Amino acid sequence: MAEIISNVQLSRGIYLMKVRGQFQGKMGQFYMIRAWDKDPVLSRPLSIYSLEENSISFLYQVKGKGTTIFSKLNPKEEIKLVGPYGNGFPLVKGRVALLGGGMGAAPLYLAGQTLKQQKGLEKLDIYLGFQKRAFLKNEFNKIADRLVIDIGGLITERIEVDQYDYILTCGPDAMMQALIRKTEGSKAKVYLSIEKRMACGMGTCLVCTCKSRKGNIKVCKDGPVFRGSDIYDE
Amino acid sequence: MMNKFNDQLRVDFAGVNFKNPIILSSGTAGFGQELNDVYNIELLGGLSTKGLTLRQRSGNVGTRIWETPAGIMNSIGLENPGIRKFIEQELDFLEKIDLVNIVNIGGSTLEDYIETVKIVSELKVDMIELNISCPNLKKGGMSFGIKAKTAAKITREIRKITDLPLVVKLSPQARNISEVALACQGAGADGLSLVNTFKAMAIDIEAKKPVFENIYAGLSGPAIKPIALRMVHEVCQAVEIPVMGVGGISSWQDAVEYIMAGASLVQIGTANFINPRAGLEILKGLNNYFEKNKIESINQIRGII
Ligand SMILES: Cc1cc2nc3c(=O)[nH]c(=O)nc-3n(C[C@H](O)[C@H](O)[C@H](O)COP(=O)(O)OP(=O)(O)OC[C@H]3O[C@@H](n4cnc5c(N)ncnc54)[C@H](O)[C@@H]3O)c2cc1C
Ligand SMILES: Cc1cc2nc3c(=O)[nH]c(=O)nc-3n(C[C@H](O)[C@H](O)[C@H](O)COP(=O)(O)O)c2cc1C
Repeated sequence: MAEIISNVQLSRGIYLMKVRGQFQGKMGQFYMIRAWDKDPVLSRPLSIYSLEENSISFLYQVKGKGTTIFSKLNPKEEIKLVGPYGNGFPLVKGRVALLGGGMGAAPLYLAGQTLKQQKGLEKLDIYLGFQKRAFLKNEFNKIADRLVIDIGGLITERIEVDQYDYILTCGPDAMMQALIRKTEGSKAKVYLSIEKRMACGMGTCLVCTCKSRKGNIKVCKDGPVFRGSDIYDE
Repeated sequence: MMNKFNDQLRVDFAGVNFKNPIILSSGTAGFGQELNDVYNIELLGGLSTKGLTLRQRSGNVGTRIWETPAGIMNSIGLENPGIRKFIEQELDFLEKIDLVNIVNIGGSTLEDYIETVKIVSELKVDMIELNISCPNLKKGGMSFGIKAKTAAKITREIRKITDLPLVVKLSPQARNISEVALACQGAGADGLSLVNTFKAMAIDIEAKKPVFENIYAGLSGPAIKPIALRMVHEVCQAVEIPVMGVGGISSWQDAVEYIMAGASLVQIGTANFINPRAGLEILKGLNNYFEKNKIESINQIRGII
């Protein structure tokens, strides 16, 4: 059990929750989270948004039963985190872009912070697409060499993929597929973080199996980060 | 390694010595390695592997999990690496760790079951759990466990070809679960485990379609406990061979209920998803309960109801 420090609404249905404790984790990894006893049965996977010495934060959108319970938690209330799980984003260098759609921004903040400290990073541009309203613009601005925000359009149309060696992305399926199509024939390598319903989060239950070029993969354990070309046709 | 739990918790099940009655159930603990990273699973009594088939299976397509109050429905469809890959990749670990390893075997045809059991019988494993109760296969699986006659036939055939202790895992879809249990006993089973998941369904009312590609899926978790407990009680009244109780166990109190209903061992399934340390926590609770009530052996409380 860990104690909630803050849980604030940033925009309609979008929350940032900060939890006290010394947690482990790397960019792109996630925790299985619950704030209830046995019902609902499953914990909810949330990516690490940021990690400080004595706290961890999650950025989440209210979707259904579980995230509604999260949104009602007050400071000092308790929450249970198990993790970190998953492989996380690779430590890439050179010219790097982060591209997020909606809640896909969640794992990209820690990715930006982490990559910023990498030797050999030449530039770090961040592209974020939102449906209605942008959130955490100032935060991302602090770590980006260039921040591009798109509201209501297609963020994939705002990026020149040839400018980059690596693009790390997270967001709706259609957005990630559009990005993969766009990088066809370019040298930019894409790493994407994918979502799939899961039960255990650690690779035992085979609920989140996904077909890939390399056969069946477990999104929770082998992923959630994969080379774009392993998941979609490039 | 040292067993820090009481000797009183030991159970002899069909000649196999379990250091305590807690087993991780098939399909909820993989082949043990992941949970062993969370805590030392050697503290437990045993582990039943993910269901293995002769050939590799890539499992069902479409939605594989759906929640319902206090339960989940799954449609994994026995995704597994196949028996040979299991031997190559997973067996080493299971041989090394000190807990009873139970190889769970599934299949679509009698021939497949036989082939698989022949291979497994050559291995250094402790026990076979014959899964004739998987609701997620189009062919075979559960259909062997519905009627006493078919259950007896497959048990008899398997008994002929293996000397390993043989446990048959029963389906709650059985027409009459006590009759199926008796039939398996008559055909040479050394023990029984019950229950597997309940055949269930969910409908997506927006899409006007079943949630699952196979229409039906298997329900497990706290929601099924009272019914599964009743079935274990009925079966324990009917048979002489020992029984492993499975279904919705998520606390040590649940485990005690199953033991009082007649189970010699209990399996922890869906609870591992609620809390990966569930097995260990249930064991600790059981240990305290034994100490507090000065219980010297499980037989003092087993089947008292
Ligand atoms: C690795 C990973 C990281 C994630 N990181 C974030 C994040 O940082 N921020 C965020 O807002 N969301 C994230 N998600 C999605 C988030 O887990 C779901 O939105 C959430 O579980 C919905 O739960 P609910 O109870 O509110 O919805 P319900 O619809 O009531 O959930 C029912 C079931 O479906 C599962 N589920 C529903 N939608 C999803 C989905 N899109 N992905 C996976 N499982 C789902 C739930 O876990 C639950 O088991 C992530 C998903 C994964 C797999
Ligand atoms: C995701 C999942 C996968 C399962 N896979 C198997 C399997 O491969 N073989 C088997 O015999 N039972 C399998 N089961 C059934 C469980 O072992 C157990 O019998 C059932 O879930 C009831 O117990 P529970 O309510 O404690 O989970 C599976 C259950 C779940 C939830």
